[in-house]
Amino acid sequence: MKQEESKKNFWGGGERPMEASYGKLMMWFFLITDALTFSAFLGAYGYHRFTHSAEWPVADHVFTHFPFVHGHYPLLYVALMTFILIMSSVTMVLAVHAGKHMNKKGVVIWLFLTIIGGATFLGSQAWEWYHFIKGTKQGALLIPSGENGQPRVAHYLHDDSHGHDDSHGHDDSHGHDDAYAGKSEPIQAAYLNGDIVPEELLLESRQVYGAPLTGPEAFQYNEYGHTTFSNFFFFITGFHGFHVFTGVIINIIIFINVLNNVYQRRGHYEMVEKVGLYWHFVDLVWVFVFTFFYLV
Amino acid sequence: MSKENSTREIWLVFWILLVVTAVEVILGIIKPPVLIDNYIIGVTLLNMTFIILTIVKAYYIVYAFMHLGSERKNLKLSILLPVWILIPYLLFILLTESAFQEFMLHG
Repeated sequence: MKQEESKKNFWGGGERPMEASYGKLMMWFFLITDALTFSAFLGAYGYHRFTHSAEWPVADHVFTHFPFVHGHYPLLYVALMTFILIMSSVTMVLAVHAGKHMNKKGVVIWLFLTIIGGATFLGSQAWEWYHFIKGTKQGALLIPSGENGQPRVAHYLHDDSHGHDDSHGHDDSHGHDDAYAGKSEPIQAAYLNGDIVPEELLLESRQVYGAPLTGPEAFQYNEYGHTTFSNFFFFITGFHGFHVFTGVIINIIIFINVLNNVYQRRGHYEMVEKVGLYWHFVDLVWVFVFTFFYLV
Repeated sequence: MSKENSTREIWLVFWILLVVTAVEVILGIIKPPVLIDNYIIGVTLLNMTFIILTIVKAYYIVYAFMHLGSERKNLKLSILLPVWILIPYLLFILLTESAFQEFMLHG
């Protein structure tokens, strides 16, 4: 900080009042707009969630898979994904650090690890999407004529926590495991908002699994609850995943430049710092997506 | 935060982020009844804890990893003020309206 600088011509041009280069400033301003975009998306998610809180699924009962293990493991997989992204953020900041000391070898190693971390995260997200689209073994009953012509889904006894008005995980905090004990039992009745689905509704309803993303029925229903839930899931995690994807591509371009000594010749590694800002922002957005999609 | 972020500080922030995330996951799995049954301004204590811990993580990512802590004050403020003002404003409107909308739909 140069406190003693003359204040007279400070904003008059030829100075750098913010002591940051043009590229860094523009990256920051882009990130502000992006932050506002994501907050609008998450705000819209909150709006729909509170508007349809009775039909909104509990994330704990939707994202329960873990690779190579059978059973009910809420939150663990997404926690692993969060860990991978935080880890790749750490390697990125270490690459920036090495760049400040003109340590090419350090930048190469840490940036490479960042790219690997980003690619792993994308793969994890693909796995998550696959299971979300495919759905659970027992599925749900789709009742076409609901309130305001909206289709609704009814769930089975062993999975009845979906139907109750407990979008904040209120009722199932105790006896949580018991709800899943009877998984292999034959299906007897479906429940809609806590009530058994009447016979006449059963006739017009049908069995559905997962949340279709393609085909004629895309976005028409999902077995987890209100349709907007899966729409927002695809849109927000998809938009975030697109950011991760572009981040990985930009990191690869910068990585090639580092290998070709571009920044060594230029005399500074500020470009690594700029893509680092973008990469950390992607991590920052995930922290919020994790909280508002999976935890709250 | 000094201008030259030492690797020790970077790893310290990493551990903070890891521990905070672990606490969130553990709370999300066990869901202590005390935190679920008590409300603060219409939000359960558990969800309030999650939101506060998320903001703590966001603070560390922005200030340490993105080096905003070592930037000039005017740059800091021109980045943070729009975000601090506009996002709460947006969320206030959306979430208030959603409560009204639910009241209109379901009574």
